[in-house]
Amino acid sequence: MNRFLLPLAAFALVAIVLGVGIRNVDTKGVVASPLIGRAAPAFVLPNLLDPEAPFDSRSMAGRWYALNVWGTWCVECRVEHGTLVAARQAGQLPIIGLNWKDDGASAIAWLAQLGDPYEATAVDAEGRVAIDFGVYGAPETFLIDPQGVVVHKHIGPLSTEVWERDFVARAAAK
Amino acid sequence: MLPELGHFALVLALLLAALQAFFGLAGPAIGRGRWMAAVIPATAGQAVMVVTAFACLVASFVGLDFSVAYVAQNANSALPLIYRIAAVWGAHEGSLLLWILLLAMWTVAVAFGATRLPQHFSARVLGVLGIVSFGFLLFTLATSNPFLRLIPAAADGRDLNPLLQDPALAMHPPLLYAGYVGFAVAFAFAIAAMLEGKLDQTWARWTRPWTLAAWAFLTVGIALGSWWAYYELGWGGYWFWDPVENASFMPWLIGTALIHSLAVTDKRGLFKSWTLLLSIIAFSLSLLGTFLVRSGVLVSVHSFAADPARGVFILAFLVIMVGGALALYAWRAPLLKSAAGFEFTSRESFLLFNNILLVIAATTVFGGTLAPLISDTLGLGTLSVGTQYFNPTFLLPMLPMIALAAVGMHANWKRGRLAERSRPVVVTGLIALAIALALVFGYYGGRPGLALVSLALGAWLVLSSLVDPIDRLRRGLSMPRAIVGMTLAHIALGVFVISVTAVETYTTERDVALARGESIEVGGYDFRFDGIDDVHGPNYDGVHGIVQVSREGRPIATLHPEKRRYFVQQSVMTEAGIESQAGRDLFVALGEDLGAGRWSLRIQVRPLINYVWLAALLMALGGCIAASDRRYRTARAPATVPVGAGQGSTA
Repeated sequence: MNRFLLPLAAFALVAIVLGVGIRNVDTKGVVASPLIGRAAPAFVLPNLLDPEAPFDSRSMAGRWYALNVWGTWCVECRVEHGTLVAARQAGQLPIIGLNWKDDGASAIAWLAQLGDPYEATAVDAEGRVAIDFGVYGAPETFLIDPQGVVVHKHIGPLSTEVWERDFVARAAAK
Repeated sequence: MLPELGHFALVLALLLAALQAFFGLAGPAIGRGRWMAAVIPATAGQAVMVVTAFACLVASFVGLDFSVAYVAQNANSALPLIYRIAAVWGAHEGSLLLWILLLAMWTVAVAFGATRLPQHFSARVLGVLGIVSFGFLLFTLATSNPFLRLIPAAADGRDLNPLLQDPALAMHPPLLYAGYVGFAVAFAFAIAAMLEGKLDQTWARWTRPWTLAAWAFLTVGIALGSWWAYYELGWGGYWFWDPVENASFMPWLIGTALIHSLAVTDKRGLFKSWTLLLSIIAFSLSLLGTFLVRSGVLVSVHSFAADPARGVFILAFLVIMVGGALALYAWRAPLLKSAAGFEFTSRESFLLFNNILLVIAATTVFGGTLAPLISDTLGLGTLSVGTQYFNPTFLLPMLPMIALAAVGMHANWKRGRLAERSRPVVVTGLIALAIALALVFGYYGGRPGLALVSLALGAWLVLSSLVDPIDRLRRGLSMPRAIVGMTLAHIALGVFVISVTAVETYTTERDVALARGESIEVGGYDFRFDGIDDVHGPNYDGVHGIVQVSREGRPIATLHPEKRRYFVQQSVMTEAGIESQAGRDLFVALGEDLGAGRWSLRIQVRPLINYVWLAALLMALGGCIAASDRRYRTARAPATVPVGAGQGSTA
């Protein structure tokens, strides 16, 4: 064999490894939450728009819902906001907001200006509930089943496609 | 308006890059002079468009235009001006634009600086650079456009990653990229030579200064990153074998091999196909580095926003560029014969060993870096490769290389005649051994073994490098810059080996918990913790500890290790408190608040650590001086019949 072909052959091997590696990134990108398949942490937090009635996560028992972690300081949250508003209008799946480490007044102004996709917004000013959920950056969205078990977690902004496929379709399938 | 202008300029740059590639490669292929001439305006036009796009992005950052998504993600109204500019390359999209900008700068430098190249050759070089630029522009426009609008605009931005809000790290990417991209020039020279089907000593002389300059940039870039990690990450080392560090180190190792191999090709007309291969590999590893950092296939502290779609694109580009170049190599390289021979103790043979050892070192780093990926691919589970692997496997080829360098510098070309030159080799060797013994047993007090060996080798390299220049001075011979640069770089390597050995062997390190007023002795110094104070920055708050350092009752310094919490991203950064003395660094990093006024502190006394980076800077300086040698500026194309494919050279 021509020894000058060896570098090309070696490179072909490396390229194959990289190619397979990159196919795996898709699955690696979804940092498997240890919560999946387990009961979502229960919490009671102030309700952003109704200070009189705190939000209790147990009130969602018996229904599928999505828990969306957001903040007005989070640019990607703005990116996905339109998707969420449209989802609420379509009435597919109730969404609970978890307003994370945010300023209450700006959060209320944000919902007034951009539309409110949430059935209720729980205020996690200290970030304690987010820690229980293992949130490490907003936006993150959890799909929770009627038994209160976490079925799926999405990191980063939701697109309509992802919302339909990973949230609405899953909830409908079971 | 500005973002749209920048976007438009990028599109125009893409078209001009396509023209540059087409005219540059097609012109010489069919021998059409007008096409070859057209490559210059295309190159200049592309550069103007790229500069325009870059300026538009800078302006968006300076003006804090939060209607641009990239600005909103990487700046904040509280961000100081200097970091708003650095934020341009603070994330993926802008880094790519910086890459393209630097490539345009190098290309313009080749187009207008290398005027002595024959037209068909320089057209081909610019054509190849045009392809590279086209690929990166297409990548940017298709997957990573920094000019996308955010509608409605954000009220304020997410701020620059606090890790990057630091002067050294602000400068790290431009220098590193300047090195990466500079290897594109050597790559383009190699491809052009293969397309021409001939490679002579003049080719090597043209290529050498560009490669030296690229290597010098890369050296400084890596050193800055390493220095930053030392004082910012709070771990207190200079190298962590992180995948991204390795990604920049592999092209450096191959680039080092390349500048030595080019010397042989230049002086003796040997190692031709080998030099070509190294030119291709150096740039391929630069591309691979970009791939590894940007695709998310490897987990690293640097992969901030990885996106597989981007990875697929870079991989495709990598396959086309590297695969194409290596296929061309397999076809053309067999035609380049090096006819002349050389003796076993000649300088050629020392440089051959130098090359082999550097390539082995680069291969071990490559293997270690990709091992987790390979193990993942084969389904063998997650594998983590750390210092236990890298340190020994890297030292194994590198220590003999230092010894070979100390000896090989005294060998002559072609015939070694080492026996005649054995006196300086032996004398410097003995002096170096004496110095090492004195350092180990006299100064640092023990722990010989590997430290003794490498201290002696480092000192030997320093002394041995000085022999020839001193001899020249004594005999009143001229001192070309190439020799000054080489000497400086070799001395720097010796200093590097000595300082790394001292750091690795004689660092004293303690992780302690101290209450206010308590003190601890580390490495002969007393560190007294005097509590903490609040600090306030423009976009962060934090605390700093007050640590009084004294030695035998004499106060030496007050250190203020800091912990900052940046408002927007809510992340905590450490800034170590460091007192640099002539022979050592006193390093304190502030850990956690343990309650009741107690804090955990990491205290280190590191000998010679500053010389690690100083040596790297000296190496780079040596590279720059060598690159500016007159010999390269006066190298003209030979009037003789070029050494054709298959004819071989007889030097």
